[in-house]
Amino acid sequence: MIHIDIEKKLKAYRGEQVLKISAQFDNGSITKIYGPSGAGKSTFLKIIAGLVEPEQGKISVDDVIWLDTASKTSVSPQKRKVGFVFQNYALFPNMAVQQHLEYVSDDAQWINRLLTIGKLETFTSHKPEYLSGGQQQRLAILRAMAIRPKLMLMDEPFSALDPKMKSELIPGLKSIWDELETTVLIVSHNPQELEGLTAKEMEINPI
Amino acid sequence: MPLVLPPSVLGFYLLMAFSPKHGIGELLHNAFDIQLVFSFKGLVLASIIYSMPFMIGPIKSALQQLPLSLSQASYTLGKSERETFIKVLLPNIRASVLTAAILTFAHTLGEFGVVLMIGGNIPGVTRVASIAVYNSVETMDYHAANIYSMILFCITFAMVISVFVFNKYKAKSPLE
Repeated sequence: MIHIDIEKKLKAYRGEQVLKISAQFDNGSITKIYGPSGAGKSTFLKIIAGLVEPEQGKISVDDVIWLDTASKTSVSPQKRKVGFVFQNYALFPNMAVQQHLEYVSDDAQWINRLLTIGKLETFTSHKPEYLSGGQQQRLAILRAMAIRPKLMLMDEPFSALDPKMKSELIPGLKSIWDELETTVLIVSHNPQELEGLTAKEMEINPI
Repeated sequence: MPLVLPPSVLGFYLLMAFSPKHGIGELLHNAFDIQLVFSFKGLVLASIIYSMPFMIGPIKSALQQLPLSLSQASYTLGKSERETFIKVLLPNIRASVLTAAILTFAHTLGEFGVVLMIGGNIPGVTRVASIAVYNSVETMDYHAANIYSMILFCITFAMVISVFVFNKYKAKSPLE
């Protein structure tokens, strides 16, 4: 179970807004997070991952405190080890597809399974600049999956995928999430993007 | 400061600092028997101090241009700052590091003021190529000055060309 209770000031065009979220997520659940542009959806994911610090708040995962601003406790992103899919993919330009996954895991069987799910088996030696947008996005998802995450944070993860590719990819991802009992939070501003996923919904609106 | 100070001024201050009669120089001399003034060691150290900004500037700028999300992605994958730097950041600024190294080396090779101040002009010890050119001209030996100059010119030209050739593969035309 993940408990989140945070407050973070956001810079907005018209002065300042406050992102205030109080939520709980069951283990193994999938939650779609939606809200208007600039609402702080990506910031929310980064706070959970430990990449952004809120002014106030507490995050606990299975009774382990990840963040508690009152006691100045903050577990590093390296120790939180969440699977994070960045909106801009954040692929490493110096690494080929296979190297991205080997950077994370040395389990060849696991890597091959991921490559098959993402349909990137024939692109293992390609660097990101030689991949299409959809292929890059799939690689970003596979890289995040490679750490066998208990918590997966995905920022607009299917935006560059065509409907056919998306419908083929999602069942593969879903089977791994079920296997690992991964809790998944998916940010999207387009509800249609997440068709095919049975998930709870959560709306973010800054104050 | 080394970037904007006249080399002779920087050289003078380094001469004072390295002097066995003052501060750091005295400490090094008394504790480790290291003499920096008028020695090749001192000359190398002074050149490093003088040329450091030419190396650091481009590398810092290249690191700043890398998206922050690269480091963030690596951290979320459980990698330390050190591992992220070595395996992700450094390989992605390789061209800048190489360019900075070559240009800094070429710049140091032709340095005159700092080298003369710290090293003096001791044949076989601290007389570097750029000082040798000056010496030859002073003694009206234009033939020797020409040879020294030509060697320096060829080395630096080769370096600049190598930077251009290396970076040619990095630069892309907007038209594919």
